Amino acid sequence: MPLSQLPPDKVASARTQPALWRDEFSIFKADESYVTRRQLTKFFALTSLGMFAGNIWILTKSWMRKAVTYPVRAVAQAGEIPVGGVKLFEYPGAGEQCIMVRTAEEQYVAYSQKCTHLSCAVYYSAKANQLICPCHNGVFSIKDGSVIQGPPPRPLPRVVLERRGADLVAIRMQERPES
Amino acid sequence: MDRAARERREVLQNRGLGALDGAMSLILILLIIQIWLVSATLNSYLAGFNEAVLPGAIISGLLFLGCAALYRFVNDVEKRSAVTAGKD
Repeated sequence: MPLSQLPPDKVASARTQPALWRDEFSIFKADESYVTRRQLTKFFALTSLGMFAGNIWILTKSWMRKAVTYPVRAVAQAGEIPVGGVKLFEYPGAGEQCIMVRTAEEQYVAYSQKCTHLSCAVYYSAKANQLICPCHNGVFSIKDGSVIQGPPPRPLPRVVLERRGADLVAIRMQERPES
Repeated sequence: MDRAARERREVLQNRGLGALDGAMSLILILLIIQIWLVSATLNSYLAGFNEAVLPGAIISGLLFLGCAALYRFVNDVEKRSAVTAGKD
């Protein structure tokens, strides 16, 4: 009913009370997006629970980790590459690219070519005598694959090599550098 | 309610709000430490350093307990203040 048709005492109360549609459609955008302290704290606590679950998952994985067996395979011939030279090969499986560097006359080192940051392929810089990841300038030591500079969080996994006659044989991967 | 009582109540309310803000800041700090801890533990595990995994999980559990206790505190205070507001 329009206000003009209401008696004067009801007009005043109709003006002060909220319109009927406001009661029936009482969803307000501001109220919808309002986050209470309790809700925010609950979100933090649940995120914390998620982080704890992550840690438990890592712990379970480490307990259930089985000893991996690596194939023993000749990957190069001694003298095949010159001192300071590089050879790429796949180890332990196909598609797992590794890089071998002859650092001295009788010294060879080999590492996984996959950078531990974002898996770009590292290359050997003979000038700096280091392994370098071109994507984000990560630098690894040629001696043990440890991180010298840049964002990589872990050292490069090392391929353990053995000299058997004229062959250089890869016997296993070593994730952790020898201390 | 007389003026003195109202002022006393305001002081208490402000103190309560301070405690809530403090608890929420603390929970955020604990959470940031925990996120860092998960990434550090994962990196250690992937690098073959398994020694760091168990202490990481224990510390993460303690941080979670801290967060849960702070959540409970905030929840209790909020509930209590809602009850008090209802009485008024």
